[in-house]
Amino acid sequence: MMAIKLALRNLVGAGLRTWLNVIVLSLAFVVIIWHKGILDGWDRQARTDIIHWEAGGGQYWQKDYDPYDPFTLNDSHSRVSGILEEMVNKGTLTPVLITQGTIYPSGRMQSILVKGIDPKQKIVAIPSSQLDTASDAIPAIIGTGMASSARLKKGDIVTLRWRDRNGAFDAGDIIIAGVFKTTVPSVDGSQIWIPLDRLQKMMMMPGEATILVSKQGTKTLPEVDGWRVKNLDFLLSDMDKIIKSKTAGGMILWGILMMLALLAIFDTQVLAIFRRQKEIGMYIAMGMTKRQVVTLFTVEGAMHSVLATLLGAIYGIPLLGLQAIKGISFPMNGSDYGISMAERLYPYYGLKLIIITVLIVMLTTTIVSYWPARKIAKMKPTDALRGKFNDKVFAKRIASR
Amino acid sequence: MESTHLISIEHLKKHFAMGSGKFTALNGIELTFEKGEFAGIIGPSGSGKTTLLNIIGSLDVPSEGKAIVMGQSVGDLSARDAAMLRKTKLGFIFQSYNLLHTHTVYENVEFPLLLLGVEAELRKQMVKDALEWVGLTDKTNSRPAQLSGGECQRVAIARAMVKKPEIVLADEPTANLDAENSHHILQTMENLNREFKTTFIFATHDEKVISYIRRKIFLVDGKVAKDELITKS
Ligand SMILES: Nc1ncnc2c1ncn2[C@@H]1O[C@H](COP(=O)(O)OP(=O)(O)O)[C@@H](O)[C@H]1O
Ligand SMILES: [Mg+2]
Repeated sequence: MMAIKLALRNLVGAGLRTWLNVIVLSLAFVVIIWHKGILDGWDRQARTDIIHWEAGGGQYWQKDYDPYDPFTLNDSHSRVSGILEEMVNKGTLTPVLITQGTIYPSGRMQSILVKGIDPKQKIVAIPSSQLDTASDAIPAIIGTGMASSARLKKGDIVTLRWRDRNGAFDAGDIIIAGVFKTTVPSVDGSQIWIPLDRLQKMMMMPGEATILVSKQGTKTLPEVDGWRVKNLDFLLSDMDKIIKSKTAGGMILWGILMMLALLAIFDTQVLAIFRRQKEIGMYIAMGMTKRQVVTLFTVEGAMHSVLATLLGAIYGIPLLGLQAIKGISFPMNGSDYGISMAERLYPYYGLKLIIITVLIVMLTTTIVSYWPARKIAKMKPTDALRGKFNDKVFAKRIASR
Repeated sequence: MESTHLISIEHLKKHFAMGSGKFTALNGIELTFEKGEFAGIIGPSGSGKTTLLNIIGSLDVPSEGKAIVMGQSVGDLSARDAAMLRKTKLGFIFQSYNLLHTHTVYENVEFPLLLLGVEAELRKQMVKDALEWVGLTDKTNSRPAQLSGGECQRVAIARAMVKKPEIVLADEPTANLDAENSHHILQTMENLNREFKTTFIFATHDEKVISYIRRKIFLVDGKVAKDELITKS
């Protein structure tokens, strides 16, 4: 208690140097919390969006389906029967049939995925009900990304060419029945959504699907022959990887800031102990034990982190808090990153994140404060009083400035 | 053998390592001090005054012989017990004041009481009293940088006296002061010595200090050359 009181007096009395250290340290705090908060916010948003638009509560993939291999795609389909059919009828699964096709918007040729979806499904956010129209042309809906890349808009008619199950080419007109806005690029880029039964007919694959999406919140999917269960962990793993790599990038910046702050504090401590020998001698003459003096100097150094926490809170809470409420607008398109990204990101600051950061900073600050303060234990009080204590580490440190 | 003196120094020698050999700063000191003395160790620079004071103050240990302070042999004390002795029984006054610059006058004087864990209410009163003794009640909230040398030394005296120690050790307390301030602090210390029977031991070669002390111990080459009591009228 006494050490804290004395340390605070000494530290605040030391003026500018203290505040410089405290400011850098508080920046380290705020930057890491801010950065992590954005990533966590992004992570949460991307997760809910992907679940919403694409992943549901997990998926069944036809055993040959590999989204990264376009050559096997046309063979990756099976009949939806048995337990799967029951689940579809109950509304807990919705089948999607996927194949390759080519469209010819304004005379150009563009290779795309054609995805058949049940217009009545309520499992993913794709506005499939817009496909529920009776027309000669095949109704299709596309995302805004696809719309801009193919320069298509609602009402446009464009030719689609595809191959049926026997490999025979066929073609027909599609009409854009709707354009939807999504933050999930994997349901938007280079693809069109058409009614499932139309696609099944076109491909001559009645009752077949490539994947089945389960309802959000589904706990477990039973194993089914010929199909592979893909749980959420798997479906979100690509995004997790991207977020992780972004986190690592941020940690480097944080590490540099922390190093700067810790070095400054270490330096301040070394210098303080060298310069304040007479004071140390006085403390001992007044009856403090060396251990008490070491504690005093350690607390004094560690107190930087307490002040930094307070300072960081003073400007950090309003700043970051406002962002968490108002969100940050991102001008870039999420699909440039190949990952779901909303136009407005709401950073998420978890209590755990804040507590862990504060603890790490306090612990490291205490360690770099203790390290030089240890030297006091080696001082002879008479040398300290005469200002004659010397030490190799000190000499090096002092000479280098 | 239990010592009956406040301080008793027997065959005390102090060597310092010097290059490959050793340097003898104190070379066989025999001295005793009693309660209430106002004594001075007098000698030129380098004669060993500070070394002797430091040993009495348990900041250093004898190389040979003994220094027994209030029944405790300085050389045999653990670091903890030595600190306890200094904390409870000894006060120090230094040539360069050694005040805490980041603390106010009040806080400087309060410091030894914080170490002793004196409870707040009492602490306040004790600091107030001590500042009264040295005539600094109007500078309570000043910082050392705002004070004159004389005032700083008075703060140091208040700090040494606030816990009413048995012994005050003052190492050249007037060396940085002009004549007027020197007399002022010497009178202050003389009064405190009279009022509280606190033993004062000075290390000095300042004539002004010598004119106040009631016992002159001359140190030459690490030995007591002369030890005389002054009986003032
Ligand atoms: N820690 C030390 N190491 C080596 N020599 C010392 C040390 N302390 C004092 N001395 C030497 O001992 C002698 C006496 O010193 P000191 O007691 O400070 O004298 P005074 O206070 O009378 O000027 C001096 O020659 C000084 O250089
Ligand atoms: Mg001296």
